[in-house]
Amino acid sequence: MISELEMEKAESELELGLGLSLGGGTAAKIGKQGGGGAWGERGRLLTAKDFPSVGSKRAADSASHAGASPPRSSQVVGWPPIGSHRMNSLAAKSAREEEGEAGKKKVKDDETKDVNKKVQVGFIKVNMDGVAIGRKVDLNAHSSYENLAQTLEDMFFRGNPGTIGLTGQFTKPLRLLDGSSEFVLTYEDKEGDWMLVGDVPWRMFITSVKRLRVMKTSEANGLAARHQESNERQRK
Amino acid sequence: MDRRFPFKVLEHIFSFVDSNEDRNSVSLVCKSWFETERRTRKRVFVGNCYAVSPLKVARRFPKMRSLTLKGKPHFADYNLVPDGWGGYAWPWIEAMAARRPFLEEIRLKRMVVTDECLEKIAASFRDFKTLVLTSCEGFSTDGIAAIASTCRKLRDLELRECIVDDLGGDWLSYFPETSTSLVSIDFSCLDSEVKLSDLERLLSRSPNLKSLKLNRSVTLDVLESLLRRAPQLVELGTGSFSDELDPEEIAKLTKALSELKQLKSLSGLWDLLPEYIPLLYSLCPRLTSLNLSYATVMDLIEDKGLKTVALCCKELRELRVFPSGADLDETDVTLTEQGLVSVSEGCPKLESVLYFCVQFTNAALVSIAKNRPNFRCFRLCVMEPFAPDYRTQQPLDEGFKAIVERCKDLRRLSVSGLLTDKAFEYIGVHAKKLRMLSIAFAGDSDLMLHHLLSGCQSLKKLEIRDCPFGDTALLENAAKLETMRSLWMSSCFVSFGACKQLSQKMPRLNVEVIDEHPPKTRPDSSPVERIYIYRTVAGPRLDTPEFVWTIHKSPEVGVSRLSIR
Repeated sequence: MISELEMEKAESELELGLGLSLGGGTAAKIGKQGGGGAWGERGRLLTAKDFPSVGSKRAADSASHAGASPPRSSQVVGWPPIGSHRMNSLAAKSAREEEGEAGKKKVKDDETKDVNKKVQVGFIKVNMDGVAIGRKVDLNAHSSYENLAQTLEDMFFRGNPGTIGLTGQFTKPLRLLDGSSEFVLTYEDKEGDWMLVGDVPWRMFITSVKRLRVMKTSEANGLAARHQESNERQRK
Repeated sequence: MDRRFPFKVLEHIFSFVDSNEDRNSVSLVCKSWFETERRTRKRVFVGNCYAVSPLKVARRFPKMRSLTLKGKPHFADYNLVPDGWGGYAWPWIEAMAARRPFLEEIRLKRMVVTDECLEKIAASFRDFKTLVLTSCEGFSTDGIAAIASTCRKLRDLELRECIVDDLGGDWLSYFPETSTSLVSIDFSCLDSEVKLSDLERLLSRSPNLKSLKLNRSVTLDVLESLLRRAPQLVELGTGSFSDELDPEEIAKLTKALSELKQLKSLSGLWDLLPEYIPLLYSLCPRLTSLNLSYATVMDLIEDKGLKTVALCCKELRELRVFPSGADLDETDVTLTEQGLVSVSEGCPKLESVLYFCVQFTNAALVSIAKNRPNFRCFRLCVMEPFAPDYRTQQPLDEGFKAIVERCKDLRRLSVSGLLTDKAFEYIGVHAKKLRMLSIAFAGDSDLMLHHLLSGCQSLKKLEIRDCPFGDTALLENAAKLETMRSLWMSSCFVSFGACKQLSQKMPRLNVEVIDEHPPKTRPDSSPVERIYIYRTVAGPRLDTPEFVWTIHKSPEVGVSRLSIR
C-alpha cells in the first residue's frame, strides 16, 4: 500500500525526517531530483516494517533501510504519548538509578533535597538563530557533548554533506563544539546566564542547563566561560 | 393577548438548567429564549479559543462568573505542535477584565499564559476565586505570587502539569496570613522547594481545604506534619515518597494517613518505594481515583501490583498507569495486559482508564469489555507501533470491536497496536456516543477515515498521526467537520490541494496548515506535514506564527497568513 502511494507522489520533494516532527528540504530550491520518489529514504510514513515485531531482538535491520537503522518506538517524535512532565520524571528516575543505590539512602540534611532537585533532566528546548521553529531534545538520551552536538547537527543541518538542512542552505557537516564553524552551541543555565557549551563536566551541565541555542559565532563573542564562583556553587 | 412567557418566569426556569449543552439547545428555540438564556448563563465553556472572539463571548453573557477555555490541540502534549503555534490567553483576559469584572473563575487548558495575564487577573477581578491552569506555559512563579497575594477570596489555585519558570518557592509565602478561604491547591508541577513553615501555617488556617497536591520537593518525612493539619482532605497528591523513615516516623505517618477519612483521590507518590505500599492500604477502600503516573517503580506497577489494586480499591473509578523507564526501553516486561484485565475484573465502578503497555491481545480486550461495559473513557497505548496480538499475530481489530460494542457509553477512546480499516468500521458502527478519538500508526486506506466520519454521530474531536490516508475521505465528509470541534492530522497523506478545496467548500472551518515550508512553493499534490481543522465563527485568526497558514476562503487569494504580533 505504501509503495503505491509513494509512486503517486512522484512530484513532491518533501522529505520528512525520521523521528522529527518537521522535515528538512525546501522544494523550491532543490528542483526535481532524477524522478525519484517524493518520500526519500529518510522521509517516509513509518510502517510496520520499520518496527521489528515485539519480542524479537532490536538489532538494526538494514535490509529495508539502506543504512539507516529502524527507529525504536521511543525515538519517534511524540511517541509513546507521554507528556513532558512525566518524561522528565522518568528521565530523572533513570538518572538516579544510574547514580546507584546511594540516592535512596536518606541523608539527614539538605543534601537529600539537593539530590532530588538535581535530577530535573529531560526534554529541553533548542532554538537556532534564523530558524523559526524550535525543537526539543532529550538530554537524558545523550551521554556526552559530542553525542548532543551530533543530534543537533542532524536536527538542524541534516548531517549529510550537501543536503538541504532546516536552514534551507547547503551545508557541510558542522563542528559545533570546536569553534571552527559559523555557529556555536550555547546554553542558558538556571541562573539565567548564557554560556558556551562544553566548559563543565557533562553531568554538571545537564543539571544546570535550562535551554540551548545554536548561535551565530559572530554574536557569541560576549559569552564568557563559567565563572569561578559558579564552579564553586555547583560542587556538592 | 400577549402569549409570551414573562421574562422573569423564564429566567427563573432557566436558572435550573445547568449543563451548557442543554443551555445551547435552549438558546436555539426562539429569540426570546436566546435572550433569556444568555442573560442567565453563569458558566461559559469555550472548547477552542479560536472558535469565537473574546469580545463576542463577553458581550453575550453579561452574568458570566466562570470561564473555561482550551487552546492548543491535544497532541501538543506530545510535542507535535511546534512552539509558538498560538493559544494566547491575553486577549481573553483583557476582554474579560474590561467587560466582566465580576468574573470569579478562570480555567485554562493548553494556553500560553504570561505573568502579565496573571497580574491582570489579580488586579481586575475583585471576587476572584478559582484559577486552574492545565498544561499551560509562559508564566513564572512571580505571576502565581501576584494571584496569591492579591486575590483575597481565592479558593482554588491549581497548576496541573504546567511549564512554569520556577524562580523559587517564595510564592507560597505571599498568601496573606488572613487568608482562610483556600479549598484546593495544586503545585505539583513546580520544582522549587517551598518553606515548610509557610505550608504548615497555610494548612492550619484553611479549614475548608479539600484538595492538596504537593510537589516532588516535599519529602516524605514532612508529610505527616502536613496531613495532621488537614485531615479533611478529599484529594491528596503527595510529594516524593522515597526517603527512608525510621519506625517511629513510619508509625506516625501511617496514623496520619489513616485519619484521612474523606480521601477519595491519590496521586503524586514520586518514586514510591515498594516497602511503603502497605502504608497506603488504609486508603484503598475509599479511593475512587488512583493516579500512578509518577509511582513508576517496577516492583509496584506490574501485574502483581495491579492485582492488589483490584483487590483493595473497590470504589475505584479512574486509573492511570504509565510505563516505567524500563518499559520504555522495552527490556523487561512485567506489566502486561493481565494487569488491566485484573483491574477490570476487580473494580466494578471503573469507568476511566489510561493504560500503557508493551503489547496486548484481542482476548484481553474482549475480557476487559465483558467485565467493564461501563467504560466512559478507554485509552490504551500499546507502545510498540503496529504491534499485533502477540499470541495470534492478528490485528487488534476484534479486541477494539468488543470494546465499542459493549461499552455503550464510551465517550473517549484511544486505540493503538496493529489495526486495519476493519477496526474503524467497527468503531463507526458501534461507538455512537464517542466524542473524542485518538489514533496513531493505524489503518490501511481512506476507508478508515470515511468509516469514522460517516459513522460516529457524536464525534467532536478527532486526532490522527501517521496514518496512510488523506484526501478522498476528508473531502467526502467535509460537512461532518463543521459538526465537530476539531480535527488534527499529522504525518498523513493529506495534500495541500485537498486543504484548499476543503477550505473553499466549508466557509466556517479554519483549515490550518502547520508546516515548515510555505504551501505556495509546492504543488497541490504535495502532502502537508500537519493540518488542524476547526469550526469557528471568528474567521482566520490573526496571531499565526510563520509556520502556520490558514487557507483563505476566496480562491484567488490563495493562502494568507495574517500576522499581528
